[in-house]
Amino acid sequence: MGVDLSIIWAVIILFGVMMYIVMDGFDLGIGILYPFFKQKDDRDVIMNTVAPVWDGNETWLVLGGAGLLAAFPLAYAVILSALYLPLIFMLVGLIFRGVAFEFRFKALDHERHFWDKAFIGGSIAATFFQGVALGAYIQGFAIKDGQFSGGPMDWLSPFALFTGAGLLVAYGLLGSTWLIMKTEGELQARAYRITRVLVWVMLATIAIISVWTPLIDERISARWFSFPNMMWFAPVPILVAAAAVLLLRSLVKQQHATPFVFTLVLIFLGYSGLGISVWPNVVPPNITIWQAAAPPQSQGFALIGALLIIPIILMYTIWSYYVFRGKVRAGEGYH
Amino acid sequence: MFGFTALELARIQFGFTVSFHIIFPAITIGLASYLTVLEACWLRTKKELYRDLYHFWLKIFAVNFGMGVVSGLVMAYEFGTNWSGFSAFAGGITGPLLAYEVLTAFFLEAGFLGVMLFGWNRVGPALHFLATAMVALGTLISATWILASNSWMQTPQGYEIINGRVVPVDWFAVIFNPSFPYRLAHMSVAAFLATALMVGASAAWLLLKGKDNPAIRKMLSMAMWMLIAVAPIQAVIGDAHGLNTLHHQPAKLAAMEGHWENKGNEGVPLILFGLPDMYAEETKYKVEIPRLGSLIITHSLDGTYQGLKEFPKEDRPNSTIVFWSFRVMVGLGLLMILLGAISVWLRWRGRMETSRPFLRFALYMGPAGLVAMLAGWFTTEIGRQPWVVYNVMRTADAVSPHGVVELSITLGIFIVVYFAVFGTGIAYLLRLIRKGPIVSEGLQMEVGGPGQERTPARPLSAARKSDRDDAHKDKE
Repeated sequence: MGVDLSIIWAVIILFGVMMYIVMDGFDLGIGILYPFFKQKDDRDVIMNTVAPVWDGNETWLVLGGAGLLAAFPLAYAVILSALYLPLIFMLVGLIFRGVAFEFRFKALDHERHFWDKAFIGGSIAATFFQGVALGAYIQGFAIKDGQFSGGPMDWLSPFALFTGAGLLVAYGLLGSTWLIMKTEGELQARAYRITRVLVWVMLATIAIISVWTPLIDERISARWFSFPNMMWFAPVPILVAAAAVLLLRSLVKQQHATPFVFTLVLIFLGYSGLGISVWPNVVPPNITIWQAAAPPQSQGFALIGALLIIPIILMYTIWSYYVFRGKVRAGEGYH
Repeated sequence: MFGFTALELARIQFGFTVSFHIIFPAITIGLASYLTVLEACWLRTKKELYRDLYHFWLKIFAVNFGMGVVSGLVMAYEFGTNWSGFSAFAGGITGPLLAYEVLTAFFLEAGFLGVMLFGWNRVGPALHFLATAMVALGTLISATWILASNSWMQTPQGYEIINGRVVPVDWFAVIFNPSFPYRLAHMSVAAFLATALMVGASAAWLLLKGKDNPAIRKMLSMAMWMLIAVAPIQAVIGDAHGLNTLHHQPAKLAAMEGHWENKGNEGVPLILFGLPDMYAEETKYKVEIPRLGSLIITHSLDGTYQGLKEFPKEDRPNSTIVFWSFRVMVGLGLLMILLGAISVWLRWRGRMETSRPFLRFALYMGPAGLVAMLAGWFTTEIGRQPWVVYNVMRTADAVSPHGVVELSITLGIFIVVYFAVFGTGIAYLLRLIRKGPIVSEGLQMEVGGPGQERTPARPLSAARKSDRDDAHKDKE
């Protein structure tokens, strides 16, 4: 057989979702940490560290949704209808924080506090329900005849609530290490203090999820704890431990960019651990990417556009971040 | 909730969110083309008022574009959350078309939008004009993808059904399906008309408030020329679209006309007003003109066309709604032609900018283009019922298996959030308009671009805080 379009599309969508988690992660994290910074000047600086990039980050979420529909319509249909409520709550959160970003700067002084609260509430709600959706996804859905057959509250489980809280920690850590990298002085010192606490909470969260996930489904535990898989996947937990040590050390040394980099490594490892647990299913517990795949005529047609335009979006993104590198100081920017 | 079934609630929810969303892209399409014309006029004539108008409408374009992006995010997910049956069945065709729409939009954002919004003083005039023109073209290409998908649902072809789902066999046939050219033309022109009415109403508003400068007068003049040129063309396109509907979706046309049955070979009257009753199978309280229905729809005095009774009850769209939504659209279209005609008369008499009754009429007609467009969408979408893919899949089989409770909760949330968020956005747009075009506006330095505070990924940021402050002061 020739090229397996389903694999190519799975890679594109996995890549898109990872780009989303990494990039929208830190700017959602900033919204989560916003309550810890009360002064308007600090808040302005914090906002300005993400102002030029946050909106482009959500690009990947839209692309992920449209790509999933184009390449794996069955997965799109089952996952989205099964996660109806958490996804709607997430979208509403994203709308609120998205416009709050702009309206805050345009608001009069007595209106600003409303948009500040919308920014915080929207960021927390979007993150939490994303995490809940993730947890519910790992647990799998009740499916009958290729349709979701469960109830409206199936997603609500202790595990999903825990992953929701876990994602708040993960994005919070991304946000705080981002602030270490992009700010200086008292603001940066506070970001260090927050990070030191969050790292340990994050590591505890990773440990709990690593133990909890295999308990949910014996297929997942078989995937990890059978021979020879164990040897192939052993690097994942080892690398997690190494990244954690390096992250802690960079905090002790008061390095600027390194904490963010190692947090990204941690997040990436967690994401790949999830991928290992689920692959090759696109809808847990038992719909594979090939079963959910659109006809090759559809996958091929959409692939042409994706391969032409995604590299352009990527180059543009890299260029934006490159131009925007360096510290952000108070009073900079037009706001 | 209020006795609605889950299916009805899912439809109301989708209709509500998509109706809110559609307003922003429509204005984006119209304004992008208007801005292209303004910039071309500026480059040709070097008259400063064109440059000032360009910068005035550019800010409004940016804010409007931003709200389109935000409301569009929901749409990318709603096909799955609300219509999982449809997505699983037809995703092989609608998915790639939607993906192309998204990719086109992002390509624009990454490429030309930044130059258009922030590049006035950074790139040469020819390159800037190219960027504006490309954004205008891009908005039309985006619309093309979405309308191809929607038209395929109305008049599907180029596919086979294999293992219970749609497989595209001929993409050319899928995209260029029978209703696509008519819908694309009708919708694009509707976007231009809605924008012309909005621009004209803005000028009328400013003139009525006593603000007057050559730029405002030029705005009014351009909008009225556009109206008188395009509103009649839209009537012709609409007529052609109607004939296409008669051919491919006769039940929809019968419902739009409240036409239940033919009386032998007698010509069909045109029902001007009435109340179609789906249970009694007749149109009550009707006011009709003999044979005019035949003339309009079959272009002959005694032609007949299928009445609703010729379709099984379960295959009939709701005539009560589409009869009226169609009449709202047509009525507003006639008012648009009237407004254009009056403007020609007053222009000839030299009183177009000063006649207060005319200016008030133009002001009230400001939202008419958008209302007519929504009414048209209600007509075509509700007229397609009970099918989601015409004659292929029923809407009842397309809906996700949600209950009334969760649909009611989310619908309530959407209503509150949309009115709060987009209400604020629209209020902000109106404040920008109230400020009016300012002489030499285009001379101020614009700072922005990738890595700057104001970037193309954040079109809302193109309008400055000071714009809002000034508008606020102005009000006091």
